[in-house]
Amino acid sequence: MTLATEIRESARIAWAAIRASKMRSGLTTLGVVIGILTATLVGTMLNGMTQAFERSVSSLGADVINIGRFPWMSFEDYRLYRNRREIQFQHYRELERQMTTASAVAPQCEDFGVTIGYERRRAKGVWLVGNTEAALSIRGLTVARGRFLSPSDVSSSRSVCILGSYLADAFFPHDDPIGKKVRIKDTPYEVIGVLDKMGNMLGWNQDNQVIIPVTRFQDDVSQHPDFVITVKALRPDLLPEMRDEARSIFRRIRKIEPGRPDDFAINQQEAITSFFSGFKATLASFGFFVTGLSLFVGGIGIMNIMFVSVAERTKEIGVRKALGAKRRTILIQFLMEAAAITLFAGLIGIGLAWPISWKIGAMAREAGSVFEAQMSWWIVASALIVSAGTGMIAGFIPAWRASRMDPVDALRSE
Amino acid sequence: MWRVERWTLPKKMSLIRIENLARRYVMGSETVHALRGVSLSIERGEYLAIMGPSGSGKSTLMNLLGCLDTPSEGTYELNGKNVARMTDNELADIRNLEIGFVFQSFNLLARSDALHNVELPLIYAGIPPKERRERARSALTNVGLGERMHHRPNELSGGQRQRVAIARALVNTPSIILADEPTGNLDSKTGVEILGLFEELSRRGNTIIVVTHEEDVALHARRVIRIRDGLIAADEINHEQRAVPGGTAAAMAGFAPPIIA
Repeated sequence: MTLATEIRESARIAWAAIRASKMRSGLTTLGVVIGILTATLVGTMLNGMTQAFERSVSSLGADVINIGRFPWMSFEDYRLYRNRREIQFQHYRELERQMTTASAVAPQCEDFGVTIGYERRRAKGVWLVGNTEAALSIRGLTVARGRFLSPSDVSSSRSVCILGSYLADAFFPHDDPIGKKVRIKDTPYEVIGVLDKMGNMLGWNQDNQVIIPVTRFQDDVSQHPDFVITVKALRPDLLPEMRDEARSIFRRIRKIEPGRPDDFAINQQEAITSFFSGFKATLASFGFFVTGLSLFVGGIGIMNIMFVSVAERTKEIGVRKALGAKRRTILIQFLMEAAAITLFAGLIGIGLAWPISWKIGAMAREAGSVFEAQMSWWIVASALIVSAGTGMIAGFIPAWRASRMDPVDALRSE
Repeated sequence: MWRVERWTLPKKMSLIRIENLARRYVMGSETVHALRGVSLSIERGEYLAIMGPSGSGKSTLMNLLGCLDTPSEGTYELNGKNVARMTDNELADIRNLEIGFVFQSFNLLARSDALHNVELPLIYAGIPPKERRERARSALTNVGLGERMHHRPNELSGGQRQRVAIARALVNTPSIILADEPTGNLDSKTGVEILGLFEELSRRGNTIIVVTHEEDVALHARRVIRIRDGLIAADEINHEQRAVPGGTAAAMAGFAPPIIA
């Protein structure tokens, strides 16, 4: 008898056996169902998060460094950094003048919770950004309509602004915003451009921003804001060099004596990426743990049920052996039965996970997140392989025992 | 094509040749001598009964003859092959191809219909689906169950179940049919029918070994071997071989020529 025939025949027997004890098989699958459900959900979430993260963090640019008072993704002593000297516009000027490995340098200052208005409409909690024309390339912004800041907008400190897509849609649902005057902190600004939709970055709505010339920011909002200086490398491979150069120049600018620590932080996208990787790893290991635990518990259940199944069918095993079934035949028969039960459980798990991840995805979309729950084919495939594998591992000892039964003893049993 | 090979074996060679066969079981600190050294030859086409009270060793002898068990000592040649020292898998093949079992309690698979039950030995022999279906059908027709192929065991009477079992035993055209108390679970009328079936099978050249403790059943055989205390107490030709009253025709209604003929 060939292996293929044996497997086909065993699948037939397995199906009949499971059908004969639906209730028992169904209950036994619970652990495996939960295991596969967790695995599939966690996998789907990780998949979606990774994609959403990559999409939003890529906007930070891999060839850009940010110089500011606070290091990113550090949750140590906040006060330590808060007491650092502010980064001034003058620092930016000096840095821009001295940098040799940078293609562009931009000073960014921000105010949160600004109110802007147009006619009778008002928007609170707007993210107001002051920057120069260099922000376009450094921050990787794209303009949907109109234009971005020009050098003369900045040098002349013109009252012009670029709206994020969310604000543009909110204020001008029907007409063209270009040329309209909006009030930012009660000062009229002319809208010269609208940004493309950017979505969330780590939960931060980027479409709720307004960009004005940094000079205007100093005039209208705050004379000495705390700047974050963004520096873009000439070429991506120059990033480490640029980082070193920026650091030494900035130390000089800030007049830090040799041997004293920096009183500023140089941040890179990588800091977020590695933080996120850590987070992902934590989530993955949590998922792994829960999956492993429930598969283990489920596996024990399967093993138990297979022992029962083997014991119940001792006589049948004897008959089959008397008719010429080899050890391997019996082994495969029971392995297939166990695998069929858990495969079925896996299908249920996937069947449950699918609508759940769909629902989560829908909720995320509603909340304006770019997060999408992605249940990819390889998650489904590996879930099915894992579930069938669990059955085979759990069913092995009972199946082995069945295959080694003495035909005389087996036939004698009732 | 093992079947051809079998028929070209030298005529002189016995189908079964047993020498000094012994089987001991170790139970705890005690050793039970179930069979103490039995020698025996069985020729092709014999109709033989093995008799003995319970505990006599007849079941042990049957298990050994059926290759379900291996002896502690002695040789057992079946069809010229020494099966006494075979491995489990080799024995499985021998059981599949050379031996057709008929059990007291029929031992059909409850969840399968008659046809699938009869197909089972062919599945293990690796016969392709189409051929095995055909062979199983004709084996069932041969025992008069052509109309009952898709009935499950619980939809059949005891006699019909035993006929399914006999069809299953015959389907792989084995060298011997080994029946263990084949009428033990049947009423006397049905039992007689089954014995009639054996008579007919014997008449057509099948080798039949019936293990029984019933004198009535044994007297249908041509040769009777009596076992006592693990030894052969008597081995005699039954000169008054009983025939099923009314001839075999009644029992064999609808019985087409077997495949072996």
